[in-house]
Amino acid sequence: MKLRYLKLDKIDGPLLFLSGVKQAFYDEMVDIVVEGNQHKKGRVVQINKDRVVIQVFEGTSGISLNNSSVAFSGSPMRIPLSKDVLGRVFNGIGDPIDGADFFAEQKYDISGRPINPVGRKYPRDYIQTGISSIDGLTTLIRGQKLPIFSGDGLPHNDVAAQIVKQAKISGDATANFAIVFAAMGIKHDEAEFFKRQFELSGVLNKVVMFVNLADDPIVERITTPRCALTAAEYLAFEHDMHILVIMTNMTSYAEALREISSAREEVPSRKGYPGYLYSDLASLYERAGMTKTSKGSITQIPILTMPNDDIAHPVPDLTGFITEGQIILSRELFQKNIYPPVNILPSLSRLMKDGIGEGFTRDDHPDLANQVFSAYTHVQEVRALAQVIGEEDISDLDKKYLELGRQFESKLLNQGFEANRSIEETLNIMWEILKAIPKGELTRVKPELIDKYYKG
Amino acid sequence: MNNEHSKAKIIYINGPVVKAENAEALKMREMVLIGRKKLIGEVVSVENENATLQVYEETSGLEWGEEVISTGKPLSVKLGPGILSNIFDGIERPLEQIYGMGSTFIPEGIGLISIDLNKPWETHITASVDDYLEEGSVYATVQETSMILHKLMVPPKTRGKVIFAEVDGRYNIEHIVIRLLNDEGEEVSLKLYQEWPVRTPRPVRQKKAIEKPLVTGQRVIDTFFPLAKGGTAAIPGGFGTGKTITQHQLAKWSDADMIVYIGCGERGNEMTEVLEDFPKIIDPRSEKSLMERTVLIANTSNMPVAAREASIYTGITIAEYYRDMGYHIAIMADSTSRWAEALREISGRLEEMPAEEGYPAYLPSRLAQFYERAAYVETLAGNEGSITIIGAVSPAGGDFSEPVTQNTKRVVSTFLALDKALAYSRHYPAINWHNSYSGYVSVLKDWYEENIAENMMELRAKILSILQEERKLLEIVKLVGEDILPDDQRLILEISKVIKVGYLQQSAYHKDDANVSLSKQYKMLTVIDKLYEAANRSIKEGVPISKVKNEEIFYKIITMKYKVSEENLELLDQLMQDIDEYYSSLEKMYKKGSGQNEAEISEVR
Repeated sequence: MKLRYLKLDKIDGPLLFLSGVKQAFYDEMVDIVVEGNQHKKGRVVQINKDRVVIQVFEGTSGISLNNSSVAFSGSPMRIPLSKDVLGRVFNGIGDPIDGADFFAEQKYDISGRPINPVGRKYPRDYIQTGISSIDGLTTLIRGQKLPIFSGDGLPHNDVAAQIVKQAKISGDATANFAIVFAAMGIKHDEAEFFKRQFELSGVLNKVVMFVNLADDPIVERITTPRCALTAAEYLAFEHDMHILVIMTNMTSYAEALREISSAREEVPSRKGYPGYLYSDLASLYERAGMTKTSKGSITQIPILTMPNDDIAHPVPDLTGFITEGQIILSRELFQKNIYPPVNILPSLSRLMKDGIGEGFTRDDHPDLANQVFSAYTHVQEVRALAQVIGEEDISDLDKKYLELGRQFESKLLNQGFEANRSIEETLNIMWEILKAIPKGELTRVKPELIDKYYKG
Repeated sequence: MNNEHSKAKIIYINGPVVKAENAEALKMREMVLIGRKKLIGEVVSVENENATLQVYEETSGLEWGEEVISTGKPLSVKLGPGILSNIFDGIERPLEQIYGMGSTFIPEGIGLISIDLNKPWETHITASVDDYLEEGSVYATVQETSMILHKLMVPPKTRGKVIFAEVDGRYNIEHIVIRLLNDEGEEVSLKLYQEWPVRTPRPVRQKKAIEKPLVTGQRVIDTFFPLAKGGTAAIPGGFGTGKTITQHQLAKWSDADMIVYIGCGERGNEMTEVLEDFPKIIDPRSEKSLMERTVLIANTSNMPVAAREASIYTGITIAEYYRDMGYHIAIMADSTSRWAEALREISGRLEEMPAEEGYPAYLPSRLAQFYERAAYVETLAGNEGSITIIGAVSPAGGDFSEPVTQNTKRVVSTFLALDKALAYSRHYPAINWHNSYSGYVSVLKDWYEENIAENMMELRAKILSILQEERKLLEIVKLVGEDILPDDQRLILEISKVIKVGYLQQSAYHKDDANVSLSKQYKMLTVIDKLYEAANRSIKEGVPISKVKNEEIFYKIITMKYKVSEENLELLDQLMQDIDEYYSSLEKMYKKGSGQNEAEISEVR
C-alpha cells in the first residue's frame, strides 16, 4: 500500500514543498490528487532529509495546503512507446492529446543516458535538403545536430518545413524515414502550420508530435524535448529508422528553465539563466547521432530565435558550442525579399568536411564551397568600400565581385519555397556565379578541377 | 567496519551535489561510494557532522537515508601499462570496456574500474636483488605500444633495498615483481602500477628553463607564435572558429612523444572522430599509427558535470607519470571553459558566493594551479621530460574580456587568438596574427638560429611588420579605395595577400600541407621575402604595380605549399631563380626608359 501524504508545507509557483516524507528518491515521479478527483503529475527535484521539493506538471493552480494528497510512484519519469507512436500527437509529458488513448507494453525513462563515445559511429552520409545554400555550403549530415538561428518574424518555420518536405537520404533508407516534432512554447498557429505542411507533403503518418504551446504549463516544456528524444531514440536505435527531430523553439525552452530555476531560488548565472544551462542543453543536443549497434540515426534541427538578433545571447551562444554548426538566417536578406534568407558567412556545418566530395557529393564540392565562401567574404568588403567611395570609383576587379555578390543572392540563395534542387544543380549554379570573376581569382580550387568544371 | 550509528547517510540531493550526515569520519577530498548503486563521489566540504559531496555519476534514483561509504583515499588514478591508445572517462574509467559491458549508453553504478587488471604484459625486470632503489628509479620495463617503452618507477617517497626480484615474463599489473626493504625496515611490494591522487602534482627534482620548441608543423604557429616544450598555450575562440580542428592538428603533428587529449565538455562526435581517425594516421617520425602515442580522456557535454571538473586533473596526472619516465608530453585540453563552467555549476549548487559572471572566486587560482603543472623538468631519476599544456578557451560570444580568457591569459605564455572574421572567410587556421603572441620567441631564438637558419627570426620579424603595415593601409583603403595609394604601398597589400593565402592559410586535409617541416617553412619564407625584395626594387625603378604583380609568378608562389612536397624542396630554389630572372628582365626594360617598353615587356610575359 502506497503512502499518501495529505498536508503540504508550501506552494510556490510550480513547486510544492512537503515534509515528513518516509521514502523518496531523486527524479521520482509523484501523483497528486486535488480535491479527490483531479490528477496531476509531479517530479522530485530536491531532497533535504524528509523535506522534498516537487515540481508539478500541469501547474499548481487549484492546489491548497490541505485539499490534495501526494503519492510517490517509485519510478522515474517514463513514457510508453511502441511503433504506433507514428502519426500521433502528445503533450509535453507524453499523454496523447489527439482524442485517442495510447498503450504500450514497454516504458522508457525520458532522461536518457549519455551515448558512450566508443559506441558512436561518426556521421558521414549527407542529406540532400534541396536548398542550395544548405546543400552547397553548410551540408547537413545524417546524425548531425544543426540548429537554425533565427530572429522573430523570420521564416525559420518555412525553412524547417521545406527541409522536412524535400529531405532525401541516399540509398534505400528513404522508406525508413520518420520525423519527431517537439514544439516548445510556440503559438497555436505555428503548430498548425507545421501540421498542415506535414499533411501537404504526405508524411503526417510518419510524424510523432510532442506539443507544448505558449499557454501550456511551463514545467511540461522542460520534459517536452526529453519525451520527443526518447521517442526518437526508440525509433532510431530499436527500429533502425532514420529520424529527423525538429525542436522549436529552444529559446522558449531556456526561458522556462530560467523561470523554474528562479522559483527554486538558485544562484543565477548569465542573464539570469541557471548555471547549468550549458549542461542542460547538452543533455538534449547530444542525443543526436548514430551508434555502432544500430542502422538508425537521429538528426536534429533545433530552431531558436535570437532575442534582439543577438548571437552572443546565452541561448544561441551555448547552443553553438554544443551543436555541430549552425544555419543563420539574416534579417537583411529577408528584407531584400530573398528566400531562404540564409546568411552563409557565419553559418557552418562542422561535419560537412567528411560527408562531401568524391564518393559522397561530387569531387569539386569542398574546394568550390571554400572558393564561394572566400569570394562572398570579399564581396562584403567591396560593398562596404563602395558605400563610402561610390560604386563608380572602385577597381574593375571589385566591380566584378559586386556582380558576383548580386548573382550569388539572386541565383543561389533566392530559390523560393517550392524549388527542390539536386546537389548537381546546386554545384553547377555555384560554378555559374564564379564566372563573374576572372579565372585567376579562383585560388582555392585545385587547377585540375577548374579545368574540369569551369567552362566559358 | 563501523557500527550502525556512525554510518554516513544521505540527507540532501540536488543534481550532482549530495550532503551526508554522520560524516565526521569523512576527510576533505576523499573519494566515497554513494548509495546502493555505489556511485563515485568526492568530499568537497565538511561542516559539523555533515559533509558535502560532488558525485561523478547521474544521481537520478538516489534516496535520502542511503549509505555513504568511505574509501579512505583521495580521488586517485591507477598508473601503469594499458593507459596508452585507450579512451577513459573523467575519472579514468575505460570507455571501451564499459561499452563491452553491452550498452551503447553509459549507465551509472559501474563502480571503480580502471586500466585492465588481467591483461598480461611482457615484462623485463631491470632491478636485481641487493640493488638499492631510490624514488623514481626504474625497476622494470614493458613495451606498452610499439612507440612507447613503459618504465615502471619506484613511487615518490619510497626507497629501499631489493629483497626479491621476479624473473622476466608475462605478468598482469597486479603481479608483485619487486619487494623492497625500506630504511625503516618495512617491506614494500611493487606491482606493475602505482596509484596517485589526481589533485597533487607529482614531484620532480627540479624545473628547468625552457629552451626547445614544440614543433607543430603548422606554419603560423612554428614561424610566428611558437610553442615550447614545457610551456603553456591558450587557443581562445568563439564557436565555429576552429578550436577543435586546431587542437586536432596539434595532436596529430606536434613532435611530442605522447599526446594526452582531454575532451572536456565537448561533442561526442568529436571524440568518435579522433577514435576513428587517429589509428589510421601515420606519424611521420616513427611511421607508426598515431593512436600508439595517444591517450583520450572524454567527458562529453552530456556526461556528469562533476567528472568534467576532475577530467583535466586525471589527464595531467597521466601526463606527469609518463613525463617521469623521461618523455615529452603535450596535453590538449578542449575546452578549459567547459571545465570552468563545471566549477561554476557546482559552486552554484553549493550556494557559494559568486564572483565575476557567476564564476567562483577561486577560478583564477585553480586555473593557475593547472597551468603550473606544465614544465620542462629534471625527473626524480635524473632524466629530462616535459609537459606542454595547450588549452582551448571558448569565450561566451567570442568576447575575450570574459573571466576565463582573461585569467588564462595571465598564466599562459603563448596566446593563439582565433578570429571570427577569418573563420567566416574560411581562412584556416583562423589565428589572428595581430592579437596573438608568444612569450617564447626570445628564449627559442638560439634554437632556431642553430637548427634552422641564422636569419629565421629576422625574417619572421620582417614578415610580421609587413602584415602590420598592411593593417594600417587597409584602414585607409576602407575610406578611399586602393587606387589612390602609391605603388610601393600597393605592393605591401599584394605581398600581404601572398603571405595570408600562400603561407598563413594551411589546409588540414591536403597531404603536402597538413604538416610542414621547419625547413620547408623557412624556405617558403625566403621565397616570399625574395618576391617582396625583387618586386620592391622594380617599383623603385619605376615599374608600375600592374606589371610587378605578375599573375603567373604570384600564382606559383601562392600554390607552392601544395606543389612542393617535403621530398623536393629544391623546387623552391628554382622558384627563387624564376623570381630573380623575371624581375631583373623587367627592370632592364624599364631602365631603357622609353615608350617601346610596353611591347617588349609583353613579349617577356
